[in-house]
This record gives sequence, C-alpha cells and structure tokens, in this order.
Amino acid sequence: MLDRKLLRDMKRLWAQALAIALVMAAGVATLILGVGAYRSLDETRSAYYERYNFADIFATVKRAPEGLKQRILEIPGVSAAETRIVKFALLDIEDMAEPATGMAMSIPDYGQVHLNRRYLRSGRFPEPGSAREVTVNENFALAHGFAIGSTFSAILNGNKRTLNIVGIALSPEFIYAVGPGGLIPDPRRFGIMWMSENALAAIFDLEGAFNSVSLKLLRKTDQADVIRQLDDILEPYGGTGAYGREDQLSHAFLDAELKGLAALSRVTPPIFLLVSAFLINMTLSRLIALEREQIGLLKAIGYRPLTIGMHYIKLILIISAAGILIGSVAGTWLGQGLTILYADFFRFPFLIFRRNPDLYVIAAAISGAAALAGGVRAVYHALTLPPAVAMSPPAPAQYAHLGIERLAALKVYSHLTLMALRHTLRWPVRSGLTILGISLSGAVLIMALFTLDSIEFMIDTIFFQSDRQDATLNFNDERPIRIMQAVQQLPGVLTAEPYRTVAVRIRNGHLSRKLAITGKRPDTDLSRVLDLDLQPVTLPETGLVLTQKVAQILKARRGDLVWVEVLEGRRGLKQVPVTEVSQSYLGLSVFMNLDALNKMLEEGPLVSGAHISYDKARTGALYKAIKETPEISGIAIQSASLGKFRETVARTIHMMTAVYIGLSLIIAFGVIYNSARIQLSERAREFASLRVLGFTRGEVSQVLLTELGLLVALAIPLGSVIGYWFAWAVIRGFENDLYRMPFIIEGGTYATASFIVLASAAISAAIVRRRIDRLDMVRALKTRE
Amino acid sequence: MAATGKQTRSRGSRESMFKVEGLTKVYHTGELDIHALSGVDLTLYEGELAVLLGPSGSGKSTLLNILGGLDTATSGQAWFRGDEITALSERELTQFRRNHVGFVFQFYNLIPSLSARENVALVTEISTSPMAPDEALGLVGLDHRLDHFPAQLSGGEQQRVAIARAIAKRPEVLLCDEPTGALDSKTGVRVLEALTSVNEELGTTTAIITHNAAIKDIAHRVFYFSDGRITKTDVNKRRVTPDKVHW
Ligand SMILES: Nc1ncnc2c1ncn2[C@@H]1O[C@H](COP(=O)(O)OP(=O)(O)O)[C@@H](O)[C@H]1O
Ligand SMILES: [Mg+2]
Repeated sequence: MLDRKLLRDMKRLWAQALAIALVMAAGVATLILGVGAYRSLDETRSAYYERYNFADIFATVKRAPEGLKQRILEIPGVSAAETRIVKFALLDIEDMAEPATGMAMSIPDYGQVHLNRRYLRSGRFPEPGSAREVTVNENFALAHGFAIGSTFSAILNGNKRTLNIVGIALSPEFIYAVGPGGLIPDPRRFGIMWMSENALAAIFDLEGAFNSVSLKLLRKTDQADVIRQLDDILEPYGGTGAYGREDQLSHAFLDAELKGLAALSRVTPPIFLLVSAFLINMTLSRLIALEREQIGLLKAIGYRPLTIGMHYIKLILIISAAGILIGSVAGTWLGQGLTILYADFFRFPFLIFRRNPDLYVIAAAISGAAALAGGVRAVYHALTLPPAVAMSPPAPAQYAHLGIERLAALKVYSHLTLMALRHTLRWPVRSGLTILGISLSGAVLIMALFTLDSIEFMIDTIFFQSDRQDATLNFNDERPIRIMQAVQQLPGVLTAEPYRTVAVRIRNGHLSRKLAITGKRPDTDLSRVLDLDLQPVTLPETGLVLTQKVAQILKARRGDLVWVEVLEGRRGLKQVPVTEVSQSYLGLSVFMNLDALNKMLEEGPLVSGAHISYDKARTGALYKAIKETPEISGIAIQSASLGKFRETVARTIHMMTAVYIGLSLIIAFGVIYNSARIQLSERAREFASLRVLGFTRGEVSQVLLTELGLLVALAIPLGSVIGYWFAWAVIRGFENDLYRMPFIIEGGTYATASFIVLASAAISAAIVRRRIDRLDMVRALKTRE
Repeated sequence: MAATGKQTRSRGSRESMFKVEGLTKVYHTGELDIHALSGVDLTLYEGELAVLLGPSGSGKSTLLNILGGLDTATSGQAWFRGDEITALSERELTQFRRNHVGFVFQFYNLIPSLSARENVALVTEISTSPMAPDEALGLVGLDHRLDHFPAQLSGGEQQRVAIARAIAKRPEVLLCDEPTGALDSKTGVRVLEALTSVNEELGTTTAIITHNAAIKDIAHRVFYFSDGRITKTDVNKRRVTPDKVHW
C-alpha cells in the first residue's frame, strides 16, 4: 500500500526530485571525473616512465671522451648510464616560412638503448652511419603532415642537409617537447630528430666523444650526492651541471600540468561535493517537512512510525540512488573523455584508466548521508508530532512587526510586499540557509569561471607586458657582443636586444637550486622584467633579480647575500646580493644586468641570443636571412608561442572549466528551483486566499517573486565573497614551480555568475508562476487532506 | 457611516442579486462521475440574508463557489445582476471577486504574516471605495485588537477579522461557507451577530452555508439542499436574533 504511495509521491515530486538528484549528480560527477582523470594520467605517466626507462639524472658537457662513461658508472648508486650527442639545428621546412628548431639526438649504431627508450610508432630507426635518415617525434610529424619518406632540411653544424624521415617515435623524455626559448610546446616549430650516433659524431666532430649523458639510479640513492660526483667528473669537459628529473623540461612541465590537475581535483570536487551535499540536505529536509500532514494521517490510521519512516527513507534513497547513479555514469564518462583528451595531447603510447572504487564510495557515502540526514531529521520531527497536530493545518505562525509599517501609509510598499518581508524575516534560519544555498551555487560558478580571467591576465602579463619581442634568436654558442650589429643588420629588424643565459646553482644557506641567470641590458624595452606590482624594473647595476617563486624556494629576500656557483665557462663561486624580487607566472627565472653578469663571469662581453622586433612586411626576407646565418641555432616567435599557449590552455584548463561550469549551472538551477517550489508548497493556502480575495495571478506571484528576489539579492553578494574564497583556494592549490596563476577575478566573472544565478531564479520563477496560475483555490482552502 | 444607496433600499424590493438556472456541476473522478449540483434554480434578492442548509456533500459549497466566481459550472447559467457569471473568463472572474464579493470560510484563511488591521488593509488597498480598516474591524467588535497577528487571536476573533476583511470593500454580496463550523456555540453566536449586523447596516446580500439547523432562524429565507438539489425553500415569518440561537 505504502509502496503504491511511494510511486504516486515520485510522480508528484518528480521535477523536484530530479532537480535534487541532478545537484547530487553534479557533486558526485565532479569528484569522480576530477580525481579520476588525474589518477589515470598519473598512473599512465608512471607506467610510461618505468617501461621506457626514463632516466633520473641528466647532464650536458661541451665534449667528453667516451671513456668517461666507465668512471660515471662507477659512481655508487648509478645503475645505468648512457652517453649521446645532442645538438640544436635550424630546420628549413617547406610548409613554413620561418625556420624551425630541431634537436638532433644520437642513438647508438650498435647495441641496446637502455635509458630513455623510444616507442616506435611507425617505420624504423636510422641505418647505422646514415647522415640522411632521421626518426622524428610524432607531434612534429603530425604538425607538418610528415609520413615515412617525407623530407626536410636541417642546418647541421653550418651545413644544410636534406633529411629523410624513416620512422616516427615517442619518448618519455619529450612528452612535453619545448624548444629553446619557448614557453609551451609547439610541435610545428620544434622537433626531435633521432639520428645515427656515428653520423652525428662525424658532423659535429665528436668522434669518440659525447656531450650529453643520462643516468639511472638504484633505489634509495641520494640524488644530490650523485649529481655532485657527476659534476666533479664532468667539470673539466665543460659540464654545465647535472640535474634531476625535477629540472628536466618535459618532466617539469608535465608534472606542473598534472599537479595543476591534481590541485583542481583536490580543491574543486570536494567543494562541489560538499556544496551539493549541503544543498541536498537542506532541500530534502524542507521537502519532507511539507509532508507532515500526510505523516500525521498515516500515523492516525495506525501505521507504525518505523513503517512510515521507512517509507520516506525509501523516497530519499530513490532520489539519492538516482543522483549517485547519474553522477557516477556522467563522472566516469566525462573523466574518461578528459583523460583521453589529455593523453592525446601528451601522446602517451598507451593509457591506463584507473578504476577508482574508493571515489564512488566516498561520493556516494557523502551525498547519501547528507540526503538521509536531511530527510530523516524532517521525518523524525513529523513523526514526533501527535497525529492530530500533524494533520491540522499548522497553527498560524507568530509574526512580528518590523517597525516600518507606518510607511505603508506613504504607499512606499504594498501589503503584499509587507507579507513577503515579514515571511522572509520570520524564518531567519531557513531564509539564511536558502540564501547560503543560492550563494554557494553562485560561488561554485565563480570558482569555475575565474580561471579564465587568471589565464587572460597571465597572457597579458607575459606576452604584452613582459616579453614583448616579436621573436627570440638563439646563437649556437656564446658570441661576442659585436654580433648584435649583424643582428641589427638582418632585414626588417627594428630593435634588437642581447641577452645571455648562464647555468648556475644558487645557494642560500642549505637551500640550493640549479637555475639559469638571464643577463639583459638595464634599459631593456622588449623583454622586460616586472616587479611585484607589474611595473618594469630597471635592472640594477649589481646583484640578482629573483622571481618571486625562486625567492620563495631559496627563502631569500631583498638584501640577502646568496652564493652563485657558475656551471659554465671559467666557473667559480661568487657571493651576490639579491637586489630585487620580480613577478613571473611561468618558470623559474633569475635576472641580472648583462654587464654585471659578464663581469661576474670574468669573461668578455658575450651574448647567447637576442630579442628582436621586426617589420612584419619583411618577415619573409628576415626568415630567409636567419636560415642562412650559421650562428643562429633557433628562433622562437612570440605570436606563435602565444597562439600555442592559448591552444594548450584551451585544451586543458578550458576543458575542465567548461565541465565545472556545466555542473555549477545544474547546481544553481537545481537549488533555486527547489527553493521556489518549496516556498510555493508551504504557502499554497495563503496564495489561494489572496486569489479568493480578488488578487490577480500576477499580484499573487509578486509575493513569491519578492521573497525569491530578496533572497537572491542577498545571496549574490554573499556568493561573490564565498566564490572569492573558493577561487583563492584553487589558486593556492594550483601553484607549483612552473606555473603560478595570478589570482584575478574580473568584475565580468562576478557579473556572469550573478547573471546565471538570476537567470536560474527567473526560469524557476517562471515555472513556479505557472503553478500559481493553476492553483486550485477551492482545494487549497479546504482543510488540507 | 457613508451613505450608499444600498442600505436605504428596503429589503423585499425584489431586485435580484443572483439568479441561477439549471446549474449543474459534475466532477469526473476516475470512472465515477460525481454530480455535485444537478440542476439548481434559485434567486437571491438584494439585501437578503439566506441560509443554505443541508447535509455534508449535498452541494452547498459547490454552489457558493460558483456564485462567488471561485469555480465554474458544468452547465446551466448564473447571473450577478445583469452579468452572466458562468460566461466570465478567468480574468473577469478575478475582477468580479475583487470588486463585488466578500468571502468567509470555515478556516479563517487570514494571512498569518499580517496583523488584523493589515489583513483588512490588504483588501482595501485594492478596492475603489472601501471603508477604513479600523471601521470594518469596529463593525465586528474588534476595535481593540487591531495590531494583533492571527496567531495572537482566538478562533472567533480570527473569524471576525475575516468578516471585517470581507466587508471592508463594501461588497454587494457576502458568501459564508460554514463560518461557525470550527467554533463553539458562544463564539459562533458572536460571529453570527457580526454577520447580521453587517447585513442590516450595510444591506449586504448575505448567504450563509451551514449544516447546523439551529442557525436557520436568523435568515430571511432558508434553502434546503439534498443530493445536489434544492429540495425546499422556507421564508422565515419571524426571524430571531443570533443571541437566541444555541447548539
Ligand atoms: N474537487 C472535487 N472533486 C471531486 N468531487 C468533489 C470535489 N469537490 C466536491 N466534490 C463532491 O461534490 C459533492 C458536493 O460537495 P460540496 O459542495 O462540498 O458539498 P457540501 O458543501 O454541501 O458539503 C460531494 O459529493 C463532494 O464529494
Ligand atoms: Mg461544504
């Protein structure tokens, strides 16, 4: 019998039940998709590294004899070492005017590769000794539409050669392939070329020698210790300092990306889940409270309280089960989609989907418990009332005067408004909770939306305030400053500013970090250093300008003296003051006045490259000239980087954000719709009375709309405040060594979130308005059955 | 008291306020059709106080609701003065209620968030020539509890506020559905006194539904209901004042 009632109740309440279930589903889905995607990717990366033997330590030297490998292998804790030749080259590719950069990397002609193994997608590796065959990384091939048999030209050690693609491969070393001077992977402009070791040795005069080595360590080996010993061995051969995975570019970027994802999944889904749990609890308890007469009736005709309680618990369980089921399916589906999207971007050779039973359990338990707690509380309350009390319409509630009644005479407001005001204030806790509920829905919207603001701000700062050059040229070696005259002479070049980068290790007390110091001219106008207020800094005559993150890592403040260990050229250890701390959202940088840097290095005025601006009309000529300049080994074009940056961001953060925005929308609408519906049910009798008295449908709706409007009006500013905190939590969680998102919430984001809340309210109001229109006056005025 | 022609016109001028012909109302509930009204004819005259008497379920409320524009008939016709109520649209019915009809129900249906005075003012705010809320409350003997909220008033007092609210806009008709149904005898009498005094002083045509036969003696005429029909109409030769009524 009661089960039949259950069915009828579901039919009666389906819209509200569905709205509650969807809010719950949104919470559940966020947790499953956010955390699930992160875990799958993290697991995939680990497996990839392991199966393809990604090295632990990397080092570059100018030129070291092959015999050194034995000494390296003897360092305690080293389980494998692999030496190779790595050189940059300008590429001339038919489908693009500007030169691209290639990284030529040797593979042994005989024997096995032990470390950083490649996964061959198609074709084969080059024939031993062939100086014409290359295997390239997949993204590069895809970006140019290369297939086996395609060719392109490379300037290797000053000589232009035509290279024949014989294979396409992937490597754990280049999941994120970022070229020199680039900020973001750009597979069109940066490619990896695996070539025969003998051939490369011959081209670069490195027979019997190597310029790059990677090591694999035994478990529990002290990495710092090995790095120190390796540095000692390599120093005489022009070693620039060994580094671990954390400074390996691809790993660092990938790690930052995954950490960002992890941060989003650590902060956002729990907020979503808790918000939805709160809303479900609130809504269900009000929904059940409306059933008090029915509960009284059931009790009066002799049903046992336990039986009645079970009846409502079943109702709640059906709603929860639906919510959890929808959320789990949607979360799993969206999570897989997101994982595939990321995996596709990273080009993992395989993909491991983590099954996450714990997530389903946690999400189901939290939402289910919140729903039950809300429902049971209300059922219990109704059950404790004597049936007669429960069945009779609730005694008129006590109201109080507001102290503004005299204004009625002035016709400032109508009695309908007074009704709305008094009713809202009569139930401060309930009104407060509704306001909180609506504001939370606005807050999650802000949390979902604001990342777009932060990214735009970041883009503006990086590309339009800080690095405003059109392109950055890299020289294939340190060059005397004289070369700048030649750069200035290149066709179309308007301004050219030199820079120099030097590999160093900076120590402050026991804290140290391998970094690069970039020397620039103090009055640099293209590539500027910005202070914490984003004002351009004139590089001081002495001392270092640390970016904020570096200062944090080294716990260094302005005025501190730090040790700079130069890892190139003549080397040496210098004590240098920190003279400024600057802002930076990407990477770890340290800046210095170019002259001061050269002086500190005790070398002549040398430069490693130049930032240039040029006349766009002469781009073709410029590119052509650059390709013919043997000293230039690479060019990074800023507009291309920006485009790539946006594209990358669009693929990753925007995806996630879009999903979160969708879920926030569901929450916002679900909550507001339910609030309005419950408000209507609670007051059906009052509204029917008004209709009987001759008030029009519009006038009656006005009462409800005034109340809803009042609640929404209060909820919007509160939601903005809560949203601000949510966003702050996300930013804090997101921060890592490579990326820092500026904490920026534009007014437009508050406006959009408010607008969506208002729109949800308007749609809910319209639906409720239709219900008021259909209000059955006669039925509502009888004692309710 | 404002002079309105209505009260000066003598009762029995035979000017009809409501006229009903062959009114039927059928509720379709699943397989069974319930004939709540099966062909009712009746005329209510201006200034008259009528009692509609009959057992529960005999169709009294249904008739009153149609007359008051709360419900629509299945067939037959009803006129308010010259206007056919049964032909009015939803919007016109709302205006009809707003301008011409006062209702009093068994459960007072006051707005709990408004004080006694405000409950009355709620209506006077939207009517064209209302009396002051205080005056209306005075008519029902409640001038001392103006600022009390419904929760602070007894059942009888709430019902009198409801009457004051119904008459404050000076409606032509006052329709009361079991106004004393939830009240004890003593309180009920006070409510009936309020109704008769309104009828006498304002000349408001009043219809009172009851299943309490004792009340019939206060009416000019009594209509007996049974199974959706009026089976008998009595004219009271000698009316009694409410204080003589007991139940
Ligand atoms: N909304 C409705 N749906 C179905 N039947 C109804 C409805 N309203 C009233 N009835 C039926 O119509 C008949 C007359 O009802 P009513 O006019 O309320 O009687 P009374 O007021 O004389 O007690 C009753 O049998 C009642 O059950
Ligand atoms: Mg009735």
